[in-house]
Amino acid sequence: MKTMEPESEAELATILAGADAPFRVQGGGTRPIGGAWDGAALATRGLNGITLYEPGALTMVARAGTPLAEIEATLAAEGQRLAFEPMDHRGVLGTTGEPTIGGVFAANVSGPRRIQAGAARDFLLGVRFVDGRGQVISNGGRVMKNVTGYDLVKLMAGSFGTLGVLTELSFKVLPGAKSAGTVEIAGLDDASAIAALSRALASPCEVSGAAHLPAGRDGTARTLIRLEGSQASVAYRAGLLQEALARFGEVGFDHDGDAVAGLWRDLRDLKPFHGREGDVWRLSVKPSDAPGIVAALPGAEAIYDWGGGLVWLLVPRGTAPATVRAPLAAAGGHATRIRGESGEGTFHPLPAPVAALQEGLRRKFDPRGLLNPGLMDSPAQMASD
Amino acid sequence: MDMPPPNPAILARKAELVASLNRVLPDAAVISDPAETRAYECDALTAYKCPPLAVVLPGSTQEVAAALRICHEMGVPVVPRGAGTSLAGGALPSADSVILGVARLTEVLETDYENRFIRVQSGRTNLSVTGAVEAEGFFYAPDPSSQLACAIAGNIAMNSGGAHCLKYGVTTNNLMGVTMVLMDGTVVELGGAHLDAAGYDLLGLICGSEGQLGVVTEATLRILHKPEGARPVLIGFDSNEVAGHCVSDIIKAGVLPVAIEFMDRPCIRACEAFAGAGYPDCEALLIVEVEGSDAEIDEQLETIIEIARAHDPVELRQSTSPEESARIWLGRKSAFGAMGQINDYMCLDGTIPVSQLPHVLKRIGEMSGEFGLDVANVFHAGDGNMHPLILFDANKPGDLERCEAFGAAILKLCVEVGGCLTGEHGVGIEKRDLMIDQYAPEDLEIQMAVKDVFDPGWLLNPAKVFPLQSSAAHRDAAA
Repeated sequence: MKTMEPESEAELATILAGADAPFRVQGGGTRPIGGAWDGAALATRGLNGITLYEPGALTMVARAGTPLAEIEATLAAEGQRLAFEPMDHRGVLGTTGEPTIGGVFAANVSGPRRIQAGAARDFLLGVRFVDGRGQVISNGGRVMKNVTGYDLVKLMAGSFGTLGVLTELSFKVLPGAKSAGTVEIAGLDDASAIAALSRALASPCEVSGAAHLPAGRDGTARTLIRLEGSQASVAYRAGLLQEALARFGEVGFDHDGDAVAGLWRDLRDLKPFHGREGDVWRLSVKPSDAPGIVAALPGAEAIYDWGGGLVWLLVPRGTAPATVRAPLAAAGGHATRIRGESGEGTFHPLPAPVAALQEGLRRKFDPRGLLNPGLMDSPAQMASD
Repeated sequence: MDMPPPNPAILARKAELVASLNRVLPDAAVISDPAETRAYECDALTAYKCPPLAVVLPGSTQEVAAALRICHEMGVPVVPRGAGTSLAGGALPSADSVILGVARLTEVLETDYENRFIRVQSGRTNLSVTGAVEAEGFFYAPDPSSQLACAIAGNIAMNSGGAHCLKYGVTTNNLMGVTMVLMDGTVVELGGAHLDAAGYDLLGLICGSEGQLGVVTEATLRILHKPEGARPVLIGFDSNEVAGHCVSDIIKAGVLPVAIEFMDRPCIRACEAFAGAGYPDCEALLIVEVEGSDAEIDEQLETIIEIARAHDPVELRQSTSPEESARIWLGRKSAFGAMGQINDYMCLDGTIPVSQLPHVLKRIGEMSGEFGLDVANVFHAGDGNMHPLILFDANKPGDLERCEAFGAAILKLCVEVGGCLTGEHGVGIEKRDLMIDQYAPEDLEIQMAVKDVFDPGWLLNPAKVFPLQSSAAHRDAAA
């Protein structure tokens, strides 16, 4: 089926106002989470360009279809960056194309630095979008503090295009780090690793990455802690951590800029899972629960990020959602299937009253069910339909 | 400032309502004597007052749900109230409403240093959350200046900020989960001890919704380890414009201070007269604070001072001790008290893009002449959150109206230059009628559609946030 690519917000509004069949909303199409579903593709690629950048105010405004690469290059020229460190899904999902800034926010994509700086949603200051009725809506703005009316900005972040099609985003950016280093302990079991990461995160060391790669196919487990700042400051804090973590084993420190950047980029993009057979799941849990949850899933390979609060799982293809979610029932948290069978079970079931609120919002924003129907539905919702 | 007339049918059923509430709540938790309900007639926006029909002070989530269920069945509006420190009239009652106060919900339910969160009942004060964890070296980051008194419930309702949010963010960036009761008594749990909640970001949606979507009874909050230390530098300039450029250059240089506070000449003079902090008599003062170890602080302050020197400051005072830090902060922290001693004042909190600071300050100065009222500016410059304090005499006929007109003109200016009406105080009733200056009708419609989903009867804090004319159709449809 033909992909619709409106070149202006007004054109998009006209398309949606006059539509009588559903759409699959996409940015660059590099993150088809939830798999293939019905409808013609509606891409925001044609809504392109940075419309405002004020480095001294730490703010940027860009149209939704602006390539992420263009945004990152523009920021880098001023020594700034997207502090939430959005992951690139192409490697793990085997997709091609250009990730867009709209896609990043629609899927609330954050990387290792989320543990310190916050998630994509924390940096989003304002949105313009077209809802399912074809109405152009603006919410928030371009200032860092704004409590004027309801915060639909947060609601749109992570709603996967089900409430509206993003057309323009304004977001906060931050200065890049002058240097970075990785503190590393080798050979820890998962529980000790998460304990070590918790110890580091509960220190004044301003840890900007806290990950654990269990001993997998290629040998030794690696527990990794990133520090960023001036060289002197990074070295000083690495010293503090070496002392605080001594009881966990020998604590190494690497401050080779390229090596540090490469390591954290690979972690962010789940390099160890690239080209591997199986389904990939993303679990959001209380950090200290993570090792037990992983242990309860034999055959699962894990990457721990966010100090253990984010667990990426590689499981045998076709593993039932209920199997992955079983260990979460008692512990809390949620699991989303990032790669695998399409359709039902991708998103975590919600408690009935929460599902009812979500469904109610969806009916208000998209009363005709045009936007990504089926996506983000939860079983509780389906029961009520 | 209009409020909808009280519903006579509800007023007539007061005795029945109170009896029903008494059946589900302990005696002390229901207040209906007019002599006692008067204590709840206003919040910190004291210009508007109206005693409620009754006040309930539930002691648990279940009691909140029971009280809401009764009000829901009887169609009685409910105004949730934290500590009553709202500057925007967020907790102003109507004569036919029940105030639901969370003042008895003050317990710490769980502290978890390993996973870095605390779970509290929502009536607990902001500062006492930090108080509960500081022995272990932790703190709760959002620090509104009312933090000694204000409740977490109110912080969530207004998405409160504070002086240190340039680095740590505001309430929404530090809130991990809530237990919330909907108007019909349904209890919902959002988020928890994990970093992001499943499904839509309802946590982000309810944060800043001014008590219109539900009543939060418990909150899971992110706690952080305190930095090793913090020290400010005080920089004085001969012009607001140069001070504004200095702020921008500091940010561009890649230093991220924990706070950048800005005071203009009227504010500096008032604070100096009040607190004697030893501030220079200049056009603009910046207080820039950084955190870290001693060496890290020195390194950052060195960069900041170098930038400041390039802008020809008339004063540059670097703190080298806790005593010196306290003296630098003394004037700033007494700004509101200092202004209060001069006269009554109204405090606004419009936010602007940092680049617009010099222009906006100049225009405010001009308007001060036009309206014939003095104004002092003190604000969080790093994030553009202004705090113009307009001085007026509440006992002088016409002064309050003139002050409100001046305030409205300033807020419209904030919107005009790309900013917003309120950065951290909320809309409440104070800025309600200005919402049409910031939002198009369809922008307001979809926000009200959100309220329709959470509170189809429009019973929770119904006359706030949205101009009455805009919300009339929704309120009528619900009635």
